[in-house]
Amino acid sequence: MPVLTVKGLTKNFGGIMAVSNINMEVKKGEIAGVIGPNGAGKTTFFNLLTGIYKPTSGVIEYSLDKEINNKDLKPHKIAAYGISRTFQNIKLFKEMTVLENVLIGYHNNLNYTVFSSFFRLPGFSKGERKAREEALELLKVMGLFDKKDELAKNLPYGEQRKLEIARAMATKPQVLLLDEPAAGMNPQETKELTELIRKIRKDFSLTIILIEHDMSLVMDICEKLFVFDYGKLIAKGSPIEVQNNPEVIKAYLGEEEAHATA
Amino acid sequence: MLNKKNIIKKLVAILVIYILGRIMLEQEIIPPHIGSIIFIIGINIILAVSLNLINGFTGQFSLGHAGFMALGAYASGMVTAVYGKHFIVGILFAAVLAAVAGLIIGIPTLRLKGDYLAIATLGFAEIIRVVIENYEKVGGAAGLNDIPIDTTWTWLYFVVVITLILINNFIKSYQGRACIAIREDEIAAEAMGVNTTYYKVLAFVIGAAFAGIAGALYAGNIGYISPDNFKFMKSIDILVMVVFGGIGSISGAVAGATILAIISYLLQDFSEYRMILYALILMIMMLYRPQGILGQNGLKSIRNWFKKLLKKEERADASANS
Repeated sequence: MPVLTVKGLTKNFGGIMAVSNINMEVKKGEIAGVIGPNGAGKTTFFNLLTGIYKPTSGVIEYSLDKEINNKDLKPHKIAAYGISRTFQNIKLFKEMTVLENVLIGYHNNLNYTVFSSFFRLPGFSKGERKAREEALELLKVMGLFDKKDELAKNLPYGEQRKLEIARAMATKPQVLLLDEPAAGMNPQETKELTELIRKIRKDFSLTIILIEHDMSLVMDICEKLFVFDYGKLIAKGSPIEVQNNPEVIKAYLGEEEAHATA
Repeated sequence: MLNKKNIIKKLVAILVIYILGRIMLEQEIIPPHIGSIIFIIGINIILAVSLNLINGFTGQFSLGHAGFMALGAYASGMVTAVYGKHFIVGILFAAVLAAVAGLIIGIPTLRLKGDYLAIATLGFAEIIRVVIENYEKVGGAAGLNDIPIDTTWTWLYFVVVITLILINNFIKSYQGRACIAIREDEIAAEAMGVNTTYYKVLAFVIGAAFAGIAGALYAGNIGYISPDNFKFMKSIDILVMVVFGGIGSISGAVAGATILAIISYLLQDFSEYRMILYALILMIMMLYRPQGILGQNGLKSIRNWFKKLLKKEERADASANS
């Protein structure tokens, strides 16, 4: 059963077609990869999926606890629907601690009133205690527990990426969108990340869509790939199918080199 | 998080300071002209801490705080002087009126960012002032006289303490965290489910309400208010306190409010140079210590600084001994 269905999705910026006529499906529980050269429209595609951009035309449908289409997609509402994301250019709350970053992810799961906040009524203590417990638990899973009181800006790069995932997980998503989770990681860190993504998919029964340039991670972990080039979806299928697709080789290596390797 | 012992300790400390202050003021151990500075400091603290909630914690650059203070001052002044109601009614009315104005101003302007928001809020504050100036029922340009001097040490002290506690509690709630997240990264905050418009307006309304309360205390302290008290420069004054003390820290705002009140007292014979000094302070702070004298960690940063200093001395001792 598809969790995400995209039909004829197009986004223009002035005369530039950043994303053009995308049709795709992602099934529940899948790990799907979105790959393509720089500037192929991958991040624009994510921004469309999370309501940051409004599509010029086309339809985005999620079938989660309820049916969501792109008319319902507003950036601050996606978390409540069960969609969460990370960002390519890390967007942590830099001056907040690791724990506080994750607690922001619990925003929608806390509902005591402003009045209880002002006067520290029982609702406040209860809500905060529960959120803290869950956040610490999540930090353990993500291997960041020891760093809980550090400011996010002081974490090494790889751990900042992990914290982005932890924060996204705190919103209790069903669909998790990861924008280049392995960027800037060394091979060892990438390997650990691969395992971590597998683990959270299983433990939290997630559907994961990720943009990634690191082919070792993509080929290892993704069950389905979507290849973008110049805003178009040029190929989709299993990693093996995509690897041998002449269009993909052309997009990645250029035409002449493609002949040379053929 | 909070244990009972701690709360009792804090309550005792609050009461002891209150009683000491009261005795010293009543027995004139603190001379009256110093006493009057203490009242100004108290009112400034409320203004600085409430502006800090908007500018420092939520990251929305507002320059309209004097407008809300004016509304509060006039609301309370009218209620107590003209309608003869109790001061508490004046304070509450001041808070409500300023909060409503904050809501009305906040909803359209908080869509703006950075400089545009600053200009829009500045404009609104001036509108409030000009309306008051031309509204004869509240005294017009001549001002409002004969406001009962209700701002006693008891009122001042407890209103300041309650303000500090309430704003501190708010900052440490999930609503407060959402506000800080907006300052840190608005897009990421939205992706985590924070309705950024709602929380910006919320912070703005709370900040406005407390500015209104500060206005009420101001009116009850001086006994006479005129639109001239709430000009654009008053907003700048409050902003300087926040920037000087530490953007995004409550203890920083308290320190800023206190130090600047003392500075302007010392400079009262050269009051025309005060703004030059303020400008200098702002420039020097931006160049050398943009986080303010206390920075975001507030009092913790002083503690850390002392620790560092002690360590250095230890090291110096150790190397001297070896």
